[in-house]
Amino acid sequence: MSVEASEIVILPGPELPEEKSGIKESARRKLSSPWAVVVVVFITVIWTIPTVGLLVTSFRPAADAQNTGWWTFFRNPAVTFSNYAEVITGGTTMGTGIMPYFFNSFAIAIPAAIFPLILASMAAYAIAWVPFKGAVWIFFGIFALQVVPLQMALLPLLQMFNLGWSIGDIPIFPDLNKPGSQQSLLAGTYIPLWIAHTMFALPLAIFLLHNFMAQLPRDLMEAARVDGAGHFLIFRKIVLPLSIPAIASFAIFQFLWVWNDLLVAITFAGGTPDVAPITSYLATIKGSYGAQLHLITAGAFIAIIVPLIVFFSLQRFFVRGLLAGSVKG
Amino acid sequence: MDELLDGLPKLGSAAAAIALFFAALLVLFLIGGRVRGKFQGPVALAVFLGPAVILVTMGLIVPAGRTIYGSFLDANQEEFIGFSNYSWIFETQWGTLTNTILWIVITPIASTGLGLTLALLLDRMKRESVAKSLIFMPMAISFVGASIIWGLMYEYRPPTSEQVGLLSQIVMWFGVEEPPNWILWQPFNNYLLMIIMIWIQVGFAMVVLSAAIKNISSDVVEAAELDGAVGWKLFSRVTIPMIRATLIVVLTTIMIAVLKIFDIVRTMTNGNFGTQVVANEMYAQSFVQFNQGHGNALAVVLFIGVIPLIIYNIIQLRKERAIR
Repeated sequence: MSVEASEIVILPGPELPEEKSGIKESARRKLSSPWAVVVVVFITVIWTIPTVGLLVTSFRPAADAQNTGWWTFFRNPAVTFSNYAEVITGGTTMGTGIMPYFFNSFAIAIPAAIFPLILASMAAYAIAWVPFKGAVWIFFGIFALQVVPLQMALLPLLQMFNLGWSIGDIPIFPDLNKPGSQQSLLAGTYIPLWIAHTMFALPLAIFLLHNFMAQLPRDLMEAARVDGAGHFLIFRKIVLPLSIPAIASFAIFQFLWVWNDLLVAITFAGGTPDVAPITSYLATIKGSYGAQLHLITAGAFIAIIVPLIVFFSLQRFFVRGLLAGSVKG
Repeated sequence: MDELLDGLPKLGSAAAAIALFFAALLVLFLIGGRVRGKFQGPVALAVFLGPAVILVTMGLIVPAGRTIYGSFLDANQEEFIGFSNYSWIFETQWGTLTNTILWIVITPIASTGLGLTLALLLDRMKRESVAKSLIFMPMAISFVGASIIWGLMYEYRPPTSEQVGLLSQIVMWFGVEEPPNWILWQPFNNYLLMIIMIWIQVGFAMVVLSAAIKNISSDVVEAAELDGAVGWKLFSRVTIPMIRATLIVVLTTIMIAVLKIFDIVRTMTNGNFGTQVVANEMYAQSFVQFNQGHGNALAVVLFIGVIPLIIYNIIQLRKERAIR
């Protein structure tokens, strides 16, 4: 899990410098005091306890979870899977249950991670390797867009999806209302979510991938060009394969960002089981089933299990992508 | 099993969209790749750069302009009312503004301070990666998920009955007889919400700062130690100045995230009980009160708050990269 500070901006290639070991490491070990260990263990335990509480509560029978603290579980262990069964099937009170939202999250997040990354890598290639006047200005312009908070774009974008958008009589984005109704054709589809997430992800993705691609060796491009390869071939056969590690790191970040997002979700998806993601469902059940601790904890655990699996299995990529992407928004 | 089968069409439509996306690109690439001669460059530019430029123009530049313009219009975005929306913010939303300021001062400093402490302590340890993983883990959890996790910690029960929330139980073990209903306990409920954000961000600060500390050349440290700099002196005279730029980047990055904090407040209190912040009020004005003028003006306030932080952040990053 070694991370270079410079990776905040530059997504590194496949070869990470190994952690320095040897003399320096042993010198460090000598300095390690028992007090430091105590403090670190203490903080680590505090940091882990809330999540453990969630996990334990989600497996406790309803009455236990409602009336006793989760820590009493260790004195009086009673495990049930019925909370999960109820949250998944919807049981008697929870309608469709959590699964439609769980699948919505995948259906939203996978395309919303792929689209911007592909488009950004194309744009980054153009800025870095297709010579044209104003490349620098386009680059800085796109980079500067990071200062626009999501909140500024929500209302106008929602209007665009619902009512279309035109300059004078020239339609830029078509009015997709079904004739004679107030219902946009896009309502109840993932399309507004995919588009919105793609738009919001582009500035940072272009910036990071440009930094990466600009460092690819110039000789390589020139040799390909001498052999008669055009930009399309060079991009597909040389630049894209070499950029896979950088793209993968940022794609993981983007996937988790979308998976964990609430603001874009509730703005563009509403709360219906057709399209709303799991975060939106969680926020709703926190409001309406807040007292049913055994159910909301089970729901929350289903929602966080995917990011946690990604986190623990792809930690190297996760850290890189996260550090690179943490200025997003 | 039905639940799983029901999911297939959803995943199918996502797969179809991805396939369509790649098919469209393939067509563009096949056509574009055939162009030779002097149009080759312009065609490549249009295909490579066009989609991204169109999307950011439609998704960010135009909306930002419309939001700024809309902040001078009334609730229904029909009449021009000058700065009324802004004077509304500064006349009636003081609580929201002061809460937001408290958030952006306290949360980044606390997260960075704790992250730095951990980075320094862990730097000297053998089995650091387990502790690091566990402290970093909250970063993978959504704000909504984190709010549910902490909602459980802050759960209130009357002192006569058995406690369900760990925080109440702990203070009772320490002899407090009547723990407050945490989430309603003004103004301290604000700090309880901040703890959730700190819980998430400490791992980020720790990982970045720990990398910066590892990057300090051992020659520098050894030279300083020969000169008698140990403990606090080594820390304040050598370590801190060497990682200053990274510290500032971490602070400002967390500040930017905090300024736009929305999910935690919305899920925990929905801005009630004196915990409202600008980003959540913006959502409430736009989508609950349907006062788009107010909503737009609040979005502009966020924008104005973010600008200096991002510019400063960028300058620091560029400086740091220039040194390397």
